[in-house]
Amino acid sequence: MVLQLFEGEKIRFAAFDADKDAEIFSKWTHDPEYLRLTEYEAARPLAPFHIKKKFEEMEKDAHGDFYYFVLRAKEDDRAIGFAHIRWVEWNHGNAHFNLAIGSPDDRRKGLGSEALQMLLRYAFEELNLYRFTTHTFEYNDGAQNFLTKHGFQLEVRRREAIYRDGRYWDALSYGILAEEWAKSADSK
Amino acid sequence: MNDSLFTGKLVRLAAQDPEKDAATIATWDKDTEYTRLLAVDPVTPPQLKNKRERLERMPNPHFYSFGVRTLADDKLIGFVALLRVNHVHGDAFVGIGMGDPAYRGKGYGTDAMNLILRYAFQELNLHRVSLDAVATNARAVRSYEKCGFVLEGQTRGTEFRNGIRDNIVSMGVLREEWESKQVKS
Repeated sequence: MVLQLFEGEKIRFAAFDADKDAEIFSKWTHDPEYLRLTEYEAARPLAPFHIKKKFEEMEKDAHGDFYYFVLRAKEDDRAIGFAHIRWVEWNHGNAHFNLAIGSPDDRRKGLGSEALQMLLRYAFEELNLYRFTTHTFEYNDGAQNFLTKHGFQLEVRRREAIYRDGRYWDALSYGILAEEWAKSADSK
Repeated sequence: MNDSLFTGKLVRLAAQDPEKDAATIATWDKDTEYTRLLAVDPVTPPQLKNKRERLERMPNPHFYSFGVRTLADDKLIGFVALLRVNHVHGDAFVGIGMGDPAYRGKGYGTDAMNLILRYAFQELNLHRVSLDAVATNARAVRSYEKCGFVLEGQTRGTEFRNGIRDNIVSMGVLREEWESKQVKS
């Protein structure tokens, strides 16, 4: 039995702290590549004030059904990204999540993998979900490889649902079932 | 081509009147076999006040909802709505319900769907329309195929009701697919 859900090897899950985190979250929204990789909405930079407000609105819209984690590097406690679970369909055992590493310097170091492993454990062993769902875009090869590596299956390809840089791209949905996760290396 | 945007072969699209239509909708929504097909949320007995408040919300550019009325006698028989309309990408979802059971399986819903697709593609200038349906709702899926929707995938085991797990099917239609269908028919 795993007792430490929020402590990983290199990262930990922490609550969002507006005073500490709004500044760096705002900085990430000035990077169009980051926004293109993570956001369906049109790219737009947000001031720390609006980062805080957006968080409060997300929390309010979720009516308490909101699981938001700031990813912190254990070496220096800095925020490196976020992971959140929203739209929990309790009666069906399904939920949607989003996960991102904010700075390009922190990518490709296994931090995202560690965060996803922790998030999957939280979804299946704390929330007791039947399945877990996420979404990405046709042009985000990194996310597709990342999800496939962690046992997700491509379930839906909404053709030409994204228009960016003068052409259409498919929107992709990925899913993993609890029983698939239980058999994978991530659950060990 | 019909020159009236809101008039089809069997039905027309009309504004939903909070005063007059809420009671009809509340009557339909007592039927849980029907409401369970409309949304994943746990169903609850309808409250007239909630139905009225939903219809009272101001129209906005991300949500277009219509009443479906018969051309024969102007009877309100259902609704159809475009939701999560994203004008940046030209993408939207559609939801439809034929609340009055007497008008199911007779082409009324298909006619209403054709009308809202015309509205989506020729008035809102969207690029595509998406929908999700319970995989076992064969009548609905057949109707959507008739309107030009194609299967784009299935989320496995997402529907859990009466102790049975079913897939949710995702379907979509692109403007060019819909347009080429209009020329043929």
